[in-house]
Amino acid sequence: MRLINLRPSRPLAVALGFIPFIILLLLYISNSNARLAENPNDKLLPGLTTMVDAVQRLAFTEDTRTGEYLLWMDTASSLERLLIGLAVSAGLALLVGILLGTLPMFRALAGPVVAAISMVPPMAILPILFIVFGLGELSKVVLIVIGTAPVMIRDMAQRVLDMPREQFIKLQTLGGNSWHLMLRVVLPQLLPRLLAALRLSLGAAWLFLIAAEAIASTDGLGYRIFLVRRYLAMDVILPYVIWITVLAYFMDLGLRLLSRRMFPWFHRQQEGEA
Amino acid sequence: MKLIEVNQVGKQYGDNVVLEKLNFTVSAGEFCTMVGTSGCGKTTFLRMLLGEEQPSHGAILMDGKPLPAEPGPDRGVVFQRYSVLPHLTVLGNVMLGPELKTGGIFARAFGARRALIRREAESLLDAVGLSHALNRYPAELSGGMQQRLAIAQALIMKPRILLLDEPFGALDPGIRADMHELVLRLWRETGVTVFMVTHDLKEGFSLGTRLMVFDKIRRDAQAPNAYGATITYDLQLKHADKALQKNIASEVAQTSQLLAGAIL
Ligand SMILES: Nc1ncnc2c1ncn2[C@@H]1O[C@H](COP(=O)(O)OP(=O)(O)OP(=O)(O)O)[C@@H](O)[C@H]1O
Ligand SMILES: [Mg+2]
Repeated sequence: MRLINLRPSRPLAVALGFIPFIILLLLYISNSNARLAENPNDKLLPGLTTMVDAVQRLAFTEDTRTGEYLLWMDTASSLERLLIGLAVSAGLALLVGILLGTLPMFRALAGPVVAAISMVPPMAILPILFIVFGLGELSKVVLIVIGTAPVMIRDMAQRVLDMPREQFIKLQTLGGNSWHLMLRVVLPQLLPRLLAALRLSLGAAWLFLIAAEAIASTDGLGYRIFLVRRYLAMDVILPYVIWITVLAYFMDLGLRLLSRRMFPWFHRQQEGEA
Repeated sequence: MKLIEVNQVGKQYGDNVVLEKLNFTVSAGEFCTMVGTSGCGKTTFLRMLLGEEQPSHGAILMDGKPLPAEPGPDRGVVFQRYSVLPHLTVLGNVMLGPELKTGGIFARAFGARRALIRREAESLLDAVGLSHALNRYPAELSGGMQQRLAIAQALIMKPRILLLDEPFGALDPGIRADMHELVLRLWRETGVTVFMVTHDLKEGFSLGTRLMVFDKIRRDAQAPNAYGATITYDLQLKHADKALQKNIASEVAQTSQLLAGAIL
């Protein structure tokens, strides 16, 4: 049978998916053991037990100085910044995207400036944000918004422009006005697109969050990683990186499931076209 | 008085003269079928009736007054595709028009008003044979069912004019025959004035009370788009005969070859 026609059964597919993870883990353990055999104080590839200890200390023991559980405190601060930033971006994307996509006058007015702003490298204006908004929460949230909103706005506007013009005409023949078009035709069809855009923006949002926390913060996942870097504390950094990855993965999964649940018509339509 | 008056209407896009010297009137209740080769401007004419496009010359009057420059609820439309909204169920699609009218700022009706709209929509969906599919989404319907839905969605507004642009072009011949029956029945029951574009000359002859052929009178092989199409035959259909049908078919075919040559 040709390779292109060979399909794994469901259990086989799951098993295959685990193989690379297991290989990575084994590679790590063997390399870590080799280095530790040579020098028991090696910091670069700490053993699994060292990492478990670190997690135990950070996640399940009160910090002696603050009386808090550091991992959970960092997680809460980071997630708060991330979610506020993404929520603001999503709101902006819907509002501006719908206006850009449906109103030719607004498109002429605001299209060029949105296109220009989306070309500004967000990290380059981070110092400006710190100067203008101070070192507090606001500047970190604003960085996430600036980093994710322009792309989402342009995506939403393009999705509106891609809708068949027939629908716009149709709504007018049903007696609808511009507001009706935005509310009953454009908005509901954009919502599943918005969830998809959010999923794609997660990576960028995490990037800007960690960058902002690394530079100016007193807590957060990014802050912790960059703090312990000075002591070469790989036993803390690696679990933190894995934890961030797990969080991002489940946010992505959650958005996907939410979309399937809320917009069955959308996914059925997509399957029909595929 | 005539419902629609078309006075010296012409339409061109840049150098491309699509339509010229259209002159005719249509009374309320007529069923006009419009045939012509691909690219001769049938859709363009429907779009002018809709208000989506404006004539380059002349004027179209409705009840003696200039046609509004944008689409409105007095002119319903069914396109070949994309007529129905994918995010609404069958029932939701048909209820949308009345909901926009009475549903206030959020364009949604509740309670007794909603029940009333719903009953009206259900009876119309019954008339087009979709009462078994009320809660399905368009993606779950066949092409023929989607067009039935589009017709019901348009008719609930009680439009004075119904514009159909090759509504059955993508359907199987068997389903097409059912659709013809449906459209004729609804036309008789509602008294709506129908303009229907079709590629199928036979469909044009069998369905309408009046057939209009869009064709170029002057054909210039060097510049196929220098002259526009106009109406070359305007027939009250009871007088039509087979020989004429053949004659029209061959003339339209010549223009078709001319335009096909222009594309190559
Ligand atoms: N918006 C536009 N801008 C420029 N040219 C246009 C535009 N709309 C239509 N045309 C031109 O007008 C001509 C007639 O197009 P139209 O769609 O009306 O033809 P049609 O008779 O409906 O053809 P078909 O049977 O293939 O649907 C074509 O040459 C087309 O290229
Ligand atoms: Mg056409």
